[in-house]
Amino acid sequence: MTIEARPGTPLKRGGGRPSRRGGTVLATHRWILTPWLFLLPGLTVIVLMVMVPFANTLGLAFTDSTLLRQGQYVGWENFHRMFADERFTTALLNSTLYTVCVVPCMVVLPLILATLVSGAGRLSGFFRTTMYLPVVMSPVVVGLIWTNMLDKRGLVNALFDTLHLVTEPVPFLSDRWLLLFSAMFVTVWTGLGYYMVIYLAALANIDQSLYDAAAMDGAGVVRTFLNVTVPGVRSTMTLIAVLSSVAAFRVFGEIYVLTGGTGGVGGGDLTMTMLIQREGTGLQARTGYAGAISLFMFVVLGALLLVQLAVQRRQRSS
Amino acid sequence: MAQLSPRTRTAAARRRRARPGSVARYLILVLMAVLLAGPLVWQLSLSLKGSGEPLYTRPPAVIPEHPTLDHFATVLDRVPVPRYLLNSLTVAAMAVVGNVVGATCAGYALGKLRFRGRGLATAVCVAALLVPSETVLIAQFLTVRTAGLVNTLFGVALPTLVAALNVLLMRNAFRNLPAEFEEAAIVDGANAWQRFIRVSVPQVKGVITVVAIFAFVGSWNDFLWPLIVLSDEQNYTLTVGLNRLRGTFYDDPRLIAAGTIIALLPIVAFFAVLQRYFFRGLEAGGLKG
Repeated sequence: MTIEARPGTPLKRGGGRPSRRGGTVLATHRWILTPWLFLLPGLTVIVLMVMVPFANTLGLAFTDSTLLRQGQYVGWENFHRMFADERFTTALLNSTLYTVCVVPCMVVLPLILATLVSGAGRLSGFFRTTMYLPVVMSPVVVGLIWTNMLDKRGLVNALFDTLHLVTEPVPFLSDRWLLLFSAMFVTVWTGLGYYMVIYLAALANIDQSLYDAAAMDGAGVVRTFLNVTVPGVRSTMTLIAVLSSVAAFRVFGEIYVLTGGTGGVGGGDLTMTMLIQREGTGLQARTGYAGAISLFMFVVLGALLLVQLAVQRRQRSS
Repeated sequence: MAQLSPRTRTAAARRRRARPGSVARYLILVLMAVLLAGPLVWQLSLSLKGSGEPLYTRPPAVIPEHPTLDHFATVLDRVPVPRYLLNSLTVAAMAVVGNVVGATCAGYALGKLRFRGRGLATAVCVAALLVPSETVLIAQFLTVRTAGLVNTLFGVALPTLVAALNVLLMRNAFRNLPAEFEEAAIVDGANAWQRFIRVSVPQVKGVITVVAIFAFVGSWNDFLWPLIVLSDEQNYTLTVGLNRLRGTFYDDPRLIAAGTIIALLPIVAFFAVLQRYFFRGLEAGGLKG
């Protein structure tokens, strides 16, 4: 199961399973170090840039280090301070809310879209490409586009006004909650195509005879969807719930660009990643404190993953 | 295109069944396509609108009255876009080469060779996969800073130079190859390196392509890390440079739109040319398993 995957990265599943075919060749390398030479470049980068920094984060979290000064061990003080820090509680609330709102959209909407696209015959390729387009775009570009769209004088407000839906421009980018929900919308907008393509692959594996049987029973579109499609892609739904919840909790680019890098008025739209970025960089950086926030975030993401894995296991056994 | 055939058949079967349903289907699909592609069209329209043209008409006008390319010229004149593009390309090239070489070699050792410590090496890769990059951000920055690589393009490329995900993807690709070819090569007296280059790598070219493409896109679009590492405007990558468009051209959405279009062109062209690999990457990434 990958925790790294998010829109734009390839997926991998079931990594540890032994392969059906052949697998490992009888080991005939003449020199004992040969495998390690093969591993050297990759393993060096992974150890030096992931494993060592992770160990360092563990260490940092319990010190009062700053960028310019190696700190002293301070025990759990950073964590006590964290929960008294209003910006931290705001960021935690925002990231949690983000996850709670975005994940159901990412699990359900792309599935509906995939069902529609897979039945669109010759046009399905066209729709697939169009809907995937936002996925390959950088969050900065996406953020700038939607900054233009959601501005007080932007297209969205212009359309609302034309249709006489509003009397005053909606402050999408200045109101704390509206901005948060706008960013969620942008995240969903970007991710729809990605998860839809994953669902398309899963849909292709559903036995066609199940659809035929449902049709024979006179099941309508909705009942076929609920009784054939949904059970057929259940494990994919769990996978997407994991991927999208981890991605949503880590949100950065959308919020950063929509708030112009400020985190909203009074920091009301800060997220966990933004807080780490603010606390841990720059000349005033409190790296120890930022390390503690990072560690907290790691624990939350790990817990998310464990919960979802447990759900998946129960599904499999039932 | 072969893998599309079952789906197409499904479509044909369903179309025969329900006529009114398919009208609703296309209506929703077209609506979604407009929602997803519409903002891009609007940016293009904005970027082409003449300076004197009113932007805030009711209803909004999509077709520019006096189309002009002036705004693109202004953006290129006031922001060193070619410089940013070159920097982004340099970083992306490092990421592609690093991931292709590093992940292929490491994946081969983990997937095809038997040696003491293989389990441990695999476990390290899996563990690394489970560490979200944000949670080691600060420590990574301190490492890069100690190495004196802050504000360099190599420093930007370094953390994703070889991604654990790609090592494991390559490992699975090599594992799933039939053993016969390698066995035959062993009988012929080929050593591990010769078997790697001549026998196994040619069989996993598809997966290598996928790794290369996703390494390129990931690096091209990365924002948070270069934002932290780079301080000198000369070294900005495209995403970091673009981020400042909003501040520079705050008063004119036409210029911001022109900037986003310039930034979008390369990646959209890249996607258009290689799109089947994008989709293959998601499907062949092991989702069928």
